Amino acid sequence: MRRSNLSFVLAELILKDFRVRYRNMSLGVFWSLLNPLTMMAILTFVFTKVFESRIPHYPLYVLCGLIPYNFFTLSWVTGTVSISENPPLVKRVPMQTALLPLVSVLSNTLHLCIQLLLVFALVLWYGLPVTWHYLWLPVIWSLELLFIYGLTLASSSLHVLIRDVRYVVESVNLVLFWLVPIFYSFAMVPQKYRSLYEFNPVAALVLATQHVILGHRSPPQALMWKMTVVSAVFMGLGAFVFFRLKRRFYRYL
Amino acid sequence: MSEVIRAEHLSVVYRSRGSRKLLRQYLQDRLTGRLAEGFYALHDISFTISRGESLAVLGANGAGKSTLLAVLAGLLEPDAGRIVVDGRVATLMELGSGFHPDLTGWENLRLYAAILGMSRGEVRNQAEKIVDFAELQGYMDQPLRTFSSGMVLRLAFAVAVHAAGDVILIDEILAVGDAAFQKKCHRRLAEMRQQGATLVCVSHVSGMLETLCSHAIWLHHGRAVRFGPYRDVTSAYTAFMNGTDRHLWDALPDSPVRTSA
Repeated sequence: MRRSNLSFVLAELILKDFRVRYRNMSLGVFWSLLNPLTMMAILTFVFTKVFESRIPHYPLYVLCGLIPYNFFTLSWVTGTVSISENPPLVKRVPMQTALLPLVSVLSNTLHLCIQLLLVFALVLWYGLPVTWHYLWLPVIWSLELLFIYGLTLASSSLHVLIRDVRYVVESVNLVLFWLVPIFYSFAMVPQKYRSLYEFNPVAALVLATQHVILGHRSPPQALMWKMTVVSAVFMGLGAFVFFRLKRRFYRYL
Repeated sequence: MSEVIRAEHLSVVYRSRGSRKLLRQYLQDRLTGRLAEGFYALHDISFTISRGESLAVLGANGAGKSTLLAVLAGLLEPDAGRIVVDGRVATLMELGSGFHPDLTGWENLRLYAAILGMSRGEVRNQAEKIVDFAELQGYMDQPLRTFSSGMVLRLAFAVAVHAAGDVILIDEILAVGDAAFQKKCHRRLAEMRQQGATLVCVSHVSGMLETLCSHAIWLHHGRAVRFGPYRDVTSAYTAFMNGTDRHLWDALPDSPVRTSA
């Protein structure tokens, strides 16, 4: 496989995902927005009317947590099955298999970008300032992408060998919803758990996003360091697991 | 003459369970420390192909032909032995991997070309030629699901033969479309061979194959029975298949080599 081809395959596979997903839907890209909007409405109702939370701009607060969380869970699940659901691309053509989980993650990133527009619409609606600290967002998200790609590299290769991995992933995602500050605030987490809590990269992502968008300030340094370390470790581990198991894919698919 | 393909004592083992996809089985095997019994899909295969030569792979179902192609393509790592292939490998196996019925002809063309290793520039330059070759002018803006199966195969084949490599591996796909189109495919492959490509074809013995391949290897339950000039190997092979060569019929084993468990 030549270098000039890599970006081309990647782009074509992502485009394929995107086209296939929306081509036959009359509402098209609007579906990307409907799910977070509904969840936002419900959570806002429950936590401002039923539980009376005092977090300001609650709908925006919920979206800042929900969108990264959704992005993570969807990328992880689709990434995990990306190799086992494409045997012809693994067994019949000399293509880089490591591209498949990357395609899943990146095509979910496309949806993420659409959903982030929703966040910015709400920012403008509330009249919140858009500051220089927004430049942190690409940094935070790049780290998160690195983390997710590492994670899916490992889970997708394991899934080829052991088909139970997918269900483990789905269960972890369910649990994770409660370990990310989506509907409650980080300030409510007891002090002694906070530094550990920040090691959860999805929680860290949400916290950093909240700092930038709702707090108009840079994310704390300690948080950024934790994100960097965790992302690097996962990327390393993912690559290690993938290259160890890769030679067995042909026989297991 | 420089070597394009060199296979030294290639062996590939398949475990009879194929794959341990379930956690329960995995744990069971781990705890009992027992490896599933296996057999040699390829057993001690050696041959070399030099520039200008081309190879036909012959044998009955399950003889190891596709496994050999997978090893040559680098898709499957052999359990023993060494394989060296000089140059870019292109595969024409299971045409249309990655095709999607909801995408248009053009979109599928680009996608498949990318998967087969072409660059953006190559696709731009060759797209019209590919469509002409497939005889699909006027259909390319339609989704693939409106194509007949013959049209889909023609598109796939047209893309595949334009995504040429130095070594082209072909798995039983020469029977694409009607007789006229088959002739065209065959002409295109012959042309590619003349331009210096090395072909490795898994196919049935035919006049077409003879004009494409200078050499042949005959596999039987994973073992190489004969390797040599095309004529020599095919005459022995057809004699065996027709049952006229009783001597060989008795000499060849009727099952693959088992691994000692």
